Amino acid sequence: MPRMKSAAELEEFRQQILAQRDADQPCFTLCSGSACHATGCGPVAAAVEQELEKQGLTGKVRFRRTGCHGFCEQGPVAVIYPEGICYLKVKPEDVAEIITETIVNKKVVDRLLYVDPTTGEKATLENEIPFYKHQQRLILGLNLEIDPQSLEDYLAAGGYQALVKALFEMTPEQVVGEVKEAGLRGRGGAGFPSGVKWDFARNAPGEQKYVVVNCDEGDPGAYMDRSLMEGNPYAVLEGLMIGAYAIGASEGYVYIRQEYPLAVENLEVAIARAEEHGLLGQDILGSGFDFTVKVHRGAGAFICGEETSLLKSLEGMPGEPNARPPFPAIKGLWNKPTNINNVETWSNIPLIINRGAEFFNAIGTEGSKGTKIFSLVGKVNNTGLVEVPMGATLRDIIFKIGGGIPGDKAFKAVQTGGPSGGCLPADLLDTQVDFDELTRAGAMMGSGGMIVMDEDTCLVDLARYFLGFLSDESCGKCTPCREGIRQMLKILTRITNGQGKEGDIERLQDLAETTRGASLCALGKTAPNPVLSTLKHFRDEYEAHIHDQRCPSLSCKQLIAFHIDPEKCRACGACLRKCPAEAIDGGKKRIHVIDQDKCTRCGSCLDACPAAFGAVGKLSGEPVPAPVPEEQRAIG
Amino acid sequence: MNELLPQPEHDHFRAKAAASEHPRELIIDLLRAIQEHHGWVPDEGVELTAEILGLSPLQVEEIATFYDKIFRRPVGRKVIHYCDSICCWATGGEQVAAHLQQKLGIGPGETTADGAFTLLPSCCLGACGDAPAMMIELKLYGRLTPEKIDAALEKEKD
Ligand code: FES
Repeated sequence: MPRMKSAAELEEFRQQILAQRDADQPCFTLCSGSACHATGCGPVAAAVEQELEKQGLTGKVRFRRTGCHGFCEQGPVAVIYPEGICYLKVKPEDVAEIITETIVNKKVVDRLLYVDPTTGEKATLENEIPFYKHQQRLILGLNLEIDPQSLEDYLAAGGYQALVKALFEMTPEQVVGEVKEAGLRGRGGAGFPSGVKWDFARNAPGEQKYVVVNCDEGDPGAYMDRSLMEGNPYAVLEGLMIGAYAIGASEGYVYIRQEYPLAVENLEVAIARAEEHGLLGQDILGSGFDFTVKVHRGAGAFICGEETSLLKSLEGMPGEPNARPPFPAIKGLWNKPTNINNVETWSNIPLIINRGAEFFNAIGTEGSKGTKIFSLVGKVNNTGLVEVPMGATLRDIIFKIGGGIPGDKAFKAVQTGGPSGGCLPADLLDTQVDFDELTRAGAMMGSGGMIVMDEDTCLVDLARYFLGFLSDESCGKCTPCREGIRQMLKILTRITNGQGKEGDIERLQDLAETTRGASLCALGKTAPNPVLSTLKHFRDEYEAHIHDQRCPSLSCKQLIAFHIDPEKCRACGACLRKCPAEAIDGGKKRIHVIDQDKCTRCGSCLDACPAAFGAVGKLSGEPVPAPVPEEQRAIG
Repeated sequence: MNELLPQPEHDHFRAKAAASEHPRELIIDLLRAIQEHHGWVPDEGVELTAEILGLSPLQVEEIATFYDKIFRRPVGRKVIHYCDSICCWATGGEQVAAHLQQKLGIGPGETTADGAFTLLPSCCLGACGDAPAMMIELKLYGRLTPEKIDAALEKEKD
């Protein structure tokens, strides 16, 4: 296919593709995002190809490897079209059966269907599964329909219609106006209105301007940008081009973390294909608009997710933040006006232009429009990526979509907004996901990490953990951030070690306020959040650690002890064999006893003790009962 | 010693630098290319980068040391990056780290005596749905258990 030179040629090409496709043709789709690669979709894919060949179906049955479907907990996920039958946790040995039964004989393979853990009911179609049913997948949904490297698939799904509309029916001002009116706010964390930001860059003086995609999602616990870039790179490119047209930029950069090799690969293929077809380069579709894009791979450093440091890193400078203003919109990359948005934000643009601002701003709340993708992870049954309209409650996300907490444990808190976000307790579960609501509740939208904790997670230890992370990642340029974090970390470490002092809580509070007020960039300004939010909602846990040397979650190693209940021990020896520290004394028909001095509190004994006996227990804040004297240890 | 950069790549970067308005933007790509061929970036690699891009070695050094995935010291044939971020931490990441250290007999930042593996902690690998996770070079391993770790190490050692 030569370069297309007009919108009409593009449309003709799309029609050709659609004409060749038969909606009733069977199609085996397999999610092949990084997560499913890690759980083994590679061998499954090989099995599909082999089996199709063996049954003489190659060419008759389409095989499509798509990006992430989001239901990572149950991956690899296979969906069989035209029926849309969804099979979970597919293994290579299941493939022949799926092809023979479902594709050839049109029967459902029962054992691979989703089973509702509470009702025991099976679901055949993807949207019958509660995980999907309660979502609104405007952005992620396309991941299921396309092979990320196939321009044809993207065009068949309506791709590049938004670009054509922007280039031929709208002025740049109108494009900016549409995005403003849609009420789109940046999905990377700050929630700044994207249209307003575009306007700054658009109005900034200068011939040369840049647009940048931030795919350096450093926020631990959030991986939607990876899935979007891996699963639908054309949509990111299309959004970026529309932004470039609106702002007046002719060059773009995509900054991707080096940990995302599949995202790099798929994007590079997409760029090459778009170039071949005249969807990148000079005079795109005869509109007079020129645009080229370069991919830049990062090399590690969390801070580069921050806008100004990311731009520094693109320039080949150390990625340290600059004081703002000047904002990148005025002086960004190589001091030229630059607009930078994250992957999810750019992915929303084609939708807004296609469907219009009114469609978009009808979804969501007063202050937050559209949908938001969250990565639902931690102690929740259905981990994965979920997309919900703004305004959905945390409870709906965690319980309806996420299926609640595994193993009868109680929900304790949900952490949103990455390391500098906050933790919300059970009584705030009805909080709506909305930029302002979450901030009011003491958390943050952030880039969409939602980490669920159950009763076993100690929140003081969590705060300690987060500050440890932030102290490694702080670039050290400004003192309040560097020292504030370090001091808070010291106190928190002390508390979790059982050496908390009176006044520690107040000291933490003071340090948190100072760090928040005086740091230069967002990392420092938000670093105290984990401390402040856990102090606000779980102050009693801090107090228990400090006053009673007790960890209520039975998790801080220095504050707990393992103990074998002599009444329950059946001398099976399971714990003794597993103990890596040789801290357990016991023998045949003898009650086992843990030597507290040797014990490293790894918990292996607790895991090893058969549930029927349940002899090993955890203690905190109370003395360990004295061991049974040697001569009384025989079990009769 | 391996050559720092094969001739075709060498030429490729020279051409790219000459065509670029800001050759400096190639710094990480070039350092990474050297690392891919040589395993790590020795002083001569820094000097070569500086020379190709028209910078001083000091300017290159500053970048090389800022980014933790550019190695300025020799590393094993494969680098293991285990995630120490929140989801992995909350799902037993510390045990993963402990098991790796015990199995390989090295601490974080060290290389096994046979030169097979270097062990490094890493920030979130974006595999949070499959926590706890690690990457060996660019291959991702998720939902780790001691057994899965052993199998991965077995498979990756060459
Ligand atoms: S937290 Fe470990 S992969 Fe994201």
